Amino acid sequence: MAEFKLKKGFDIKVAGKADLELTDLGAPKKVALQPTDFRGYKPKLEVEVGSQVKKGSPLFHLKSNEAIKFVSPVSGKVVEINRGERRAIVEVVVENDSKDEALKFDTFSDSTTKEQIIDTMSKGGMWPLVRQRPFSKIANPADTPRDIFISGMDTAPLAADMKFIMQGLEKDFQLGVNIISKLTEGKIYLSTESGAEGIPAFQNVINVEKNTFSGPHPAGNVGVQIHHIKPVKRDIVWYVQPYAVAMIGQFFRTGEYASERIVAIAGHALKKKQYFKTILGVPVASLITEANLAHPDCRLISGNVLTGRKVLHKGYVGYYDNLISVIPEGPKERRLIGWYRPGFNLRSHSKSFLSTWVNRDENEVDTLLNGGDRTFVMSGDYENVLPMDVYPVYLAKSIMAEDIEEMEGLGILEVDEEDLALCSYICPSKNDFGKIVRQGLDLIEKEG
Amino acid sequence: MKFLHDLIEKQKPLFDKGGKLEKYFPIFEMTETILFWTNARTKSGPHIRGGLDTKRYMMMVVVALLPMTLFGMYNTGLQHFQAVGEVASFMDAFMFGFWQVLPLIIVSYAVGGFWEVLFAIIRKHEVNEGFLVTGLLFPLILPATMPLWQAAIGISFGVVIGKEVFGGTGMNILNPALTGRAFLFFAYPGKISGDKVWIAIDSAKDKVIDGFSGATPLLAATSAEGNQSAATAVSEAGFSVMDMFYGFVPGSWGETSVLAALIGAAILIVTGVGSWRIMLSVVLGGMAMGTLMNMLAGEGSSPILSLPAYMHLLMGGFALGTVFMATDPVSAAQTSTGKWIYGFLIGLLAVLIRAVNPAYPEGMMLAILFMNVFAPLIDYFVVQANIKRRLSRA
Repeated sequence: MAEFKLKKGFDIKVAGKADLELTDLGAPKKVALQPTDFRGYKPKLEVEVGSQVKKGSPLFHLKSNEAIKFVSPVSGKVVEINRGERRAIVEVVVENDSKDEALKFDTFSDSTTKEQIIDTMSKGGMWPLVRQRPFSKIANPADTPRDIFISGMDTAPLAADMKFIMQGLEKDFQLGVNIISKLTEGKIYLSTESGAEGIPAFQNVINVEKNTFSGPHPAGNVGVQIHHIKPVKRDIVWYVQPYAVAMIGQFFRTGEYASERIVAIAGHALKKKQYFKTILGVPVASLITEANLAHPDCRLISGNVLTGRKVLHKGYVGYYDNLISVIPEGPKERRLIGWYRPGFNLRSHSKSFLSTWVNRDENEVDTLLNGGDRTFVMSGDYENVLPMDVYPVYLAKSIMAEDIEEMEGLGILEVDEEDLALCSYICPSKNDFGKIVRQGLDLIEKEG
Repeated sequence: MKFLHDLIEKQKPLFDKGGKLEKYFPIFEMTETILFWTNARTKSGPHIRGGLDTKRYMMMVVVALLPMTLFGMYNTGLQHFQAVGEVASFMDAFMFGFWQVLPLIIVSYAVGGFWEVLFAIIRKHEVNEGFLVTGLLFPLILPATMPLWQAAIGISFGVVIGKEVFGGTGMNILNPALTGRAFLFFAYPGKISGDKVWIAIDSAKDKVIDGFSGATPLLAATSAEGNQSAATAVSEAGFSVMDMFYGFVPGSWGETSVLAALIGAAILIVTGVGSWRIMLSVVLGGMAMGTLMNMLAGEGSSPILSLPAYMHLLMGGFALGTVFMATDPVSAAQTSTGKWIYGFLIGLLAVLIRAVNPAYPEGMMLAILFMNVFAPLIDYFVVQANIKRRLSRA
């Protein structure tokens, strides 16, 4: 066990953390799976509107790998298949008939082999919970990962409380660890926050190598942790969220698709901020009523404010997300010489705003871009918010030049959007590092 | 405010695509966004962005330059009245200097701004705020007596050759303000070197006092004669260490005060706009070379070799160059390690040029420009080391 004390990074203190209060919402009337949550893959439908499904019945699979199924979290009827640009499927909506009929899958015993685990998880819709680095996409079951990483901490703004969402999942988490440890010949690494109150599921778990991390965001990002524990070179590692590990455990314990999810709603644009126990694919509207919005013009984000995806009120929570962040949209009115106001309320990484100097623990944020697009002018500061041995601007420039050798040399395979989100946040020229990095990763994947 | 806002909004269709004045959109955009802050929103993640934009980033430098500017105005007047043997009040001195240098500032902003906007229109991009800094830095490093037409040519050269030919702010290799000054230095040396130009005197009208020299401390140090040490020569020329620190000495009008530069440095460092690594390493480099020169000084060597190292930091453009020129984020080294090397070499070279180049007492300008050229190379090696490190680790 090692202790990693990271200095670089930055905590954007956004007001409106969720209160530790859990409402059991049960299964909503409608749920949806969104193929767009699975970057880099195309879906192939197995149902059509009107198909009857059980909990655990496949709705679609990956075009590139038929074995990997995406299954219905409820029993009922497919009522909508919504398409977006270029007819890409964006939502497969299932209406819940509350009969709770479920397909049965194999349970786990000590004699279960790696192949059986992969097969059962793929059939049972659990495989997409396992993702890989580089590229941050669903793991390829044909690969043998060097190691598997679990980040037991989330340092992003308004992140769901890890201890709170993991309560009562101790046994399932251990079982999940035992199962995924059969998938690799390497180790299972679990990173936890040093100094934080113990999380029972993590404290007593065995079969893992534990490391502790401390420091500002993005210390909790799995990519940052991999970089410090054992960086990827040309090898592949897998990663799973802790809650997903517990769900994998539950799936193999019960033999039923583990669709339960805990979702936090947070952000100062909400009147009431809390946690819900519900199921995968829950509609945003089931969690956030219009009456709960404290602001007339809000942005709803599935995920955190840095890397989440904008969702509509009539949309659905993302596959990997356990948080809906709600913040006000930027004001429409334009402030006279606003770029040079003293900045009591304007939050920034830069100390050129008075908000740095007057005591403000948490800031109300909005979606203003706070500037216009420019070329890179600032230097140095980007490195200060990325606790990795990576030069973000050089990496970005090598990507813009489409120089694959250079970008690999500069560490593109070690990062993804979420690791560089703070670089975009602080950039005075308003560059989007995440988008640039994804272009580079896509290029590498395409060129092989 | 509403009136102004509506007025601008009303003009917008003229400049938008298909409008009559579509070509001049950058001018409109510039005016519009300077007056009224953008209300553009983020489209995707990160959904929130920091409040710092390039306008504010650049304006922090302008604010940090204000102490130097205001002090420079006062000192221009002070030097004038001392030269003609008059006692003037603080306000008189300041106002004299103000009227003396204001045209330089206006010419710099107007002519430089013209090029900036012209290129923005031709290239169809927004006017970059980097010019706010260049436009003020450039006049600060000129003698107060600089003819305006020469200043106009200088800033034109700096902006066009120093920046725009490379693709504009962010792409340039050299510091534009220094490029402009270097051009003037080589094109019109009579107006930017020697001992006649540093103090604003109208030879037709003003009568200078007896024993007036007009030399800068640096010139005094290099022209020490016989066995006189450089330090003695400086003090005999009437410059005390404290005078040089406060800036009550002749020189380019905005560069003389080390104290004002330190205030600027504090602003830049605290706000994170200027790199403390570069500033510190320039000073260390200067001290190192100064000390080495002291060791080499001896019988028959050039007198400036004996100048105490710390005095180099107080003289000429060292302070302003360290705080405002070397730290230009675009033309400086970009990597942390690179910044240490880059800064250290600037300090080293500046003092070396001062000491061994008899024709030219000031070395700061050339040292910075020289290292501007090498900054990408330094970064290249730092970045290659990063690549090697990544390849070699287990």
